[in-house]
Amino acid sequence: MNKSSNKTSIVVLWLVFLFLYLPLLVVIVYSFNESKLASVWSGFSFRWYSALVNDEELMDAAWFSFKIAVASAFAAVILGTWAAMILARYGRFRGFTLFMGMLNAPIVLPEVILGISLLLLFVNMQQMLGWPEDRGFFTIWIGHTITCIAYVTITVQSRLSEMDKSLLEAAQDLGAPPLKAFFDITLPLISQALISGWLLSFTISIDNVVISAFLSGPGSSTLPLVVFSRTRVGLNPEINALGTLFILTVTIAIIANNIAIRRREKQRVIDMRLALASH
Amino acid sequence: MKNNLIKQLLQRFTPSSRALLIAVPYGFLLLFFMLPFITVFKISFADQATKIPPYTDLISIQDAAWTLKINFEHYRAVLVDNLYIQSYLDSIIVAFNTTLICLLIGYPAAYFVARCEKWRNELLMLLMLPFWTSYLIRVYAWIGILKDNGLLNNFLLSMHLIDEPLRLYHNNWGMYIGMVYSYLPYLILPLYAHMVKMDLTLLEAAQNLGAKPWKAFRDITLPLSMKGVIAGCLLVFIPAVGEYVIPELLGGSDSVMIGRVMWDDFFSNTDWPTASATACIMIVLLLLPIALFQRMQVQQMEEAYE
Repeated sequence: MNKSSNKTSIVVLWLVFLFLYLPLLVVIVYSFNESKLASVWSGFSFRWYSALVNDEELMDAAWFSFKIAVASAFAAVILGTWAAMILARYGRFRGFTLFMGMLNAPIVLPEVILGISLLLLFVNMQQMLGWPEDRGFFTIWIGHTITCIAYVTITVQSRLSEMDKSLLEAAQDLGAPPLKAFFDITLPLISQALISGWLLSFTISIDNVVISAFLSGPGSSTLPLVVFSRTRVGLNPEINALGTLFILTVTIAIIANNIAIRRREKQRVIDMRLALASH
Repeated sequence: MKNNLIKQLLQRFTPSSRALLIAVPYGFLLLFFMLPFITVFKISFADQATKIPPYTDLISIQDAAWTLKINFEHYRAVLVDNLYIQSYLDSIIVAFNTTLICLLIGYPAAYFVARCEKWRNELLMLLMLPFWTSYLIRVYAWIGILKDNGLLNNFLLSMHLIDEPLRLYHNNWGMYIGMVYSYLPYLILPLYAHMVKMDLTLLEAAQNLGAKPWKAFRDITLPLSMKGVIAGCLLVFIPAVGEYVIPELLGGSDSVMIGRVMWDDFFSNTDWPTASATACIMIVLLLLPIALFQRMQVQQMEEAYE
């Protein structure tokens, strides 16, 4: 690349980063603002953090959302990995096109459509079967799981495709039953992808507004629903404090994950060198 | 002999382990993805009613006779009502413009990150980090920045760059800023993934043979990254058509998005059949781009397992 295009590239990247990080910076700085007004700085204070902790509605909603996100992430990892394994193993089975369609559509389909259709299904089920009695944890959990499965499948698939197939074949040649081969060989090899898929699903779930709005019932508000209804009314500095905690958690998690990956890669290089040297 | 026959029959009709393995995720998706659509389709032909749930049954049994009542009224109403037609148009225009702006920002960003071999992973991490934090809170932050007495206006006023506040909130400006901000990573990630795999020797060869940078870009980089461009654009365009939260929080009345109209029909007017019909028409409009997206996903998967 020549010099001038190098310079423009740096400028463009800086502008993009400014655009991306400006809102985050505003959230962090104003979470420590004494004033209730979002646009006036009147001094440093932890006031909104203590208000946040004492805000029962927000705290209950946060705990509820956390439980749903954990449950959705586990369900999505199990079903998503399952789907990836049968796609890797059986390829184009009968009904493959429909399967891929149902699996991938939730990635792009507008959430209002997913939300309304699942709600109507649950209402119909309740009429016909008397179950699920109420909208709440279960219905939101199903909705979030459906939106997350494909992300896990894609993450696992890309890992599976890099994987050395001969390992699995060797295990099977040596007589390992498929299930044992899966748990002893495939699972450890794709563990990093499972963790990524789990974290991605957790984030998608804990952030979801639209599907939760359709699938929640009275008394089962998720955190984003509470934030959303408050934002509609006006700005609320507690949200800045909440946002700062989110940003802090995510930053630590991502940096830790990157360090872990780096370390594993280094270890792999060392192992390979040792293996080569011993020959 | 008889035993053998029974064995054969049993074998024939007991599902293989393969079929059972496929059946679990298949069944889950049929039950919680396919069946809901059939339900929406069904209810779009029902009548609004003041009961719980607020619609009439399609099939009623009276005096031991079944009657099937299918009502096309909601489709007719949606398709002749200017409000709905305008909303569909607005949604498609907004989604299209959002996709275009995301592409104009995302393409160079993805390109530079993919080309910067030394800091590639760190830059990608920095690009993606904001999107792991709550998107609702980021939209909320934009309100504080864009309001009439918000941070941006206060800053510009204090610098004497403007005399009166810019109107950026509760109109198209705010909505587009929010949309582009939120959808940008969906474009950058697939683009980056394609660009990283690109064969750079081709580009070098072109330059060595004396091709101008622009020509090299047009003839080599662009075609090679085309798949990433299409995938990224679909990932932005399709969900953007039905977006609800951003237009609701940052947008105003200059573009009425169909997601908001449907939401209001559903929650404020309790008109579930009309909301269902609106959703069904939205699905029909998006069928083609979704089919294209699906084809690309299948292709990508098959390439991966080659």
